[in-house]
Amino acid sequence: MANFYRDNDDIRFLLKHMDLAEIAALQEEGFRFTQDADYAPADAEEAIRNYKMVLDTVGQLSGDFIDPRSEQIDQEGNTLDPDGSVRYARGIAESLDALAKADVMGATLPHRFGGLNFPNLIYTAATEMVSRADAPLMNIFGLQGIAETINAFASEQIKQKYLPLFSAGKVTGAMVLTEPDAGSDLQACKVRAFQDDQGNWYLHGVKRFITNGCGQVLLVMARSEPDRSGGLGLSLFVCDRGPTVHVRRLEDKLGIHGSPTCELFFDNTPCELIGERQRGLVTYVMALMNGARIGIAAQSMGIAEATYRVARDYAASREQFGVPIEKLPAVRDMLIEMKIAIEAGRALLYETCRAVDTEIGVLKKMERGVEDKAEEKELKNLSRKYKRLTAMLTPMSKYYCSEMCNTVAYDAIQVLGGSGYMKDYPCERYARDARITTIYEGTSQLQVVAAVRGVCGGAAEKYLAELAEKEYDGGLRNLLDILAEGTAQLFKAVAFVKEAGVDYMDLYGRDLVDSAVELIIGYLFCDQASTNVDMQTALADGADNGQKTISMKERKVLIARRYVARTAPQIHARAERICSGDKSTFREYEALVGPVPQEA
Amino acid sequence: MSYKCVVLVKQVPDTKRITGQAMNADGTVNRAALPAIFNPEDLNALELALQIKDRFGGHVTVMTMGLPAASEVLRQALYRGADEAILITDRRCAASDTLATSYILSCAVRKRDYDIVLCGRQAIDGDTAQVGPQAAEKLGIAQITYVQELLDLEGDRITARRNIGNGWQEVRAKLPILLTVIDEANEPRVASARRLMKYKKARTPAELADKADAKALEEKGLLIQQWDLDFLEADLKWCGRDGSPTKVHRIQSVVLTAKETKNVEPTQPALNAMVHELIVDHTIG
Repeated sequence: MANFYRDNDDIRFLLKHMDLAEIAALQEEGFRFTQDADYAPADAEEAIRNYKMVLDTVGQLSGDFIDPRSEQIDQEGNTLDPDGSVRYARGIAESLDALAKADVMGATLPHRFGGLNFPNLIYTAATEMVSRADAPLMNIFGLQGIAETINAFASEQIKQKYLPLFSAGKVTGAMVLTEPDAGSDLQACKVRAFQDDQGNWYLHGVKRFITNGCGQVLLVMARSEPDRSGGLGLSLFVCDRGPTVHVRRLEDKLGIHGSPTCELFFDNTPCELIGERQRGLVTYVMALMNGARIGIAAQSMGIAEATYRVARDYAASREQFGVPIEKLPAVRDMLIEMKIAIEAGRALLYETCRAVDTEIGVLKKMERGVEDKAEEKELKNLSRKYKRLTAMLTPMSKYYCSEMCNTVAYDAIQVLGGSGYMKDYPCERYARDARITTIYEGTSQLQVVAAVRGVCGGAAEKYLAELAEKEYDGGLRNLLDILAEGTAQLFKAVAFVKEAGVDYMDLYGRDLVDSAVELIIGYLFCDQASTNVDMQTALADGADNGQKTISMKERKVLIARRYVARTAPQIHARAERICSGDKSTFREYEALVGPVPQEA
Repeated sequence: MSYKCVVLVKQVPDTKRITGQAMNADGTVNRAALPAIFNPEDLNALELALQIKDRFGGHVTVMTMGLPAASEVLRQALYRGADEAILITDRRCAASDTLATSYILSCAVRKRDYDIVLCGRQAIDGDTAQVGPQAAEKLGIAQITYVQELLDLEGDRITARRNIGNGWQEVRAKLPILLTVIDEANEPRVASARRLMKYKKARTPAELADKADAKALEEKGLLIQQWDLDFLEADLKWCGRDGSPTKVHRIQSVVLTAKETKNVEPTQPALNAMVHELIVDHTIG
């Protein structure tokens, strides 16, 4: 019996530590949905109970049902049958059926469409657990943003048609954006959308690398304005996967074998317009992508957690030189760094989700309308603030968590040594699954481009100042001083970059974002170390005084100390590098990389 | 055709977690020291009933006999998809052995219109596997025990595969019928999120301090029915201590230890002799 919620003290701690009551009140819009559904909560306490009960169920399903199928899913993959239909690996089909029966395929959809109306934070915690059990399954479970996009922007008639089917788990979706010549640069999209005399829309063209392109409901971005190049010529459409949609091939991939990646050909496929013309990329797909980025961050967390646990277990049982290898300094150091990196990622990701949920909650409150002018003004300010914050935190989370999970997956194999390289242990699979996370839904480089705007544009400065002003336990004073010093160094570098121009900012984007992320996480760890939550967590065997448990608070103090102490010199070094003014990347590229390789 | 299923379930101590502290000095289980759980194979029985309902339509009623605390397993059944849950609770049920329990449960089942009664093969606390078969006898209906797969259900005919240890049998029978289900039959589904959110507030009258609360719950469909022996019109001489002929003679704590060891040469005749010996003392074969 495995339960990925109950066995994860950090997830349970964070959900106790964070103010879920505030998130629940915003999400349930003042608990006004009890008329819509007999399962809607009547108050914050009930909502929080619902969150925890459902996470417990998803944890059980992930541990007991999905995880034991993951090895077979990896070996089996998906099959494209001669008739053009795609067969999921058996474990994927069975797991989707179990998730549908558990009623969690419409986690964030409103009650009136059969959804659970959960905040992103809770959905993200669930996504991490499902990903820990089977990373590729997340690519279908975690595509609930498709239904959310329909809910946010489509007509009522389209919502009525599709959303109850999503909630019931009767359909799955795909976001159909990428084309052979439009990857990171989605503005170059060529698939055509055109209307007949009656005004009905149709799609024509080829899309590539489409995750779950065999799903029944496809959200397709296409060029509806033939004369208009760039993003403003693009609109978003929804269509069923009918006879005019052909899966031409399934990609043969390094990892996430259970997730079918399809090439699709649309042969004059009837479709419906979502929202307004020309807002496809600039508004709708951007919103969709933000949700998807959080999903990939959660998937990364799940993979990291899974592979860390194998390494942790192995290090305790594998003996060399007469001792378990965890006694060796190099190995124990790797394990500590892996564990802290995972908790760092989770801290950042959950904080991002809190910000996203607040942003959405405030927007919904404004849409409903407020009488009081002062309150309206305050809501507008809040909305603006959180919009800027999530525009920075979302790419940061996706970037940090995906890079982190690759490091952790790499080190897990290292801990297992030769055994880790063999297929006898799942670490090689986790490493293969991890590799895509820094690539899809926007590469790490693109996340940096998005996040660095926030770092240099004032959002980071305001947010870090806000974090610095929070109340922390007195014992953390010296850590807060180190963080304040790091913040000063970062903004010295920011000032230098602003003088040097946009190209220079992008050149040092990664350094700037890395430092900002480390400072934010440093504060979040200090916040966790100041918690009021009374919770014990187990220690590893072998503590000097025979102690078996430690309070989460004490443990987080240790983590905050080590994290802040170890990141401070890095932040300092980066600031020096940025302020060096080195532009060799621009000036000396030709000499440094040499010509394109030619056959002799 | 749709089918009306009644599933008999039991709340049991989680015997997988037995440690030194969870045993009484006399070798019996200290129930208070162990968490109470849904008997695992009863979950398989419930799953089979829910699958029958998913496929053919119908209705699933879950019944348990026990203390008011046993309503927790009824809620768990509601979370998973049961249409109706009934607690049979009465002080006069105390000390019932398998005979009395199956009598009381059969009286309860008779109160409902049914096609198929399902139970887990056995409960992990007593491990007798007697209540299901005895209940079928008392109801005067056919039974298929050790069901590992439902092969066919058409009209009033059912075909099931039963596990017989080192093989299986296909058995065809007529409804109404009682099935006892083993853990290989299926993987029980987890709670449904929406039902969990709704039925977490479901209570039996025994769990409520105030009668007025019962009314409010009933209006919302959240009152779990509660039956006593009077309602069941049970003959009290077959219930509780009076109806339980089982007498526990002695409880022994068995610890397996090796008493003697024997070396067998790795030659064909020596191995043959070892196999022969094991067959003779019924260790294998």
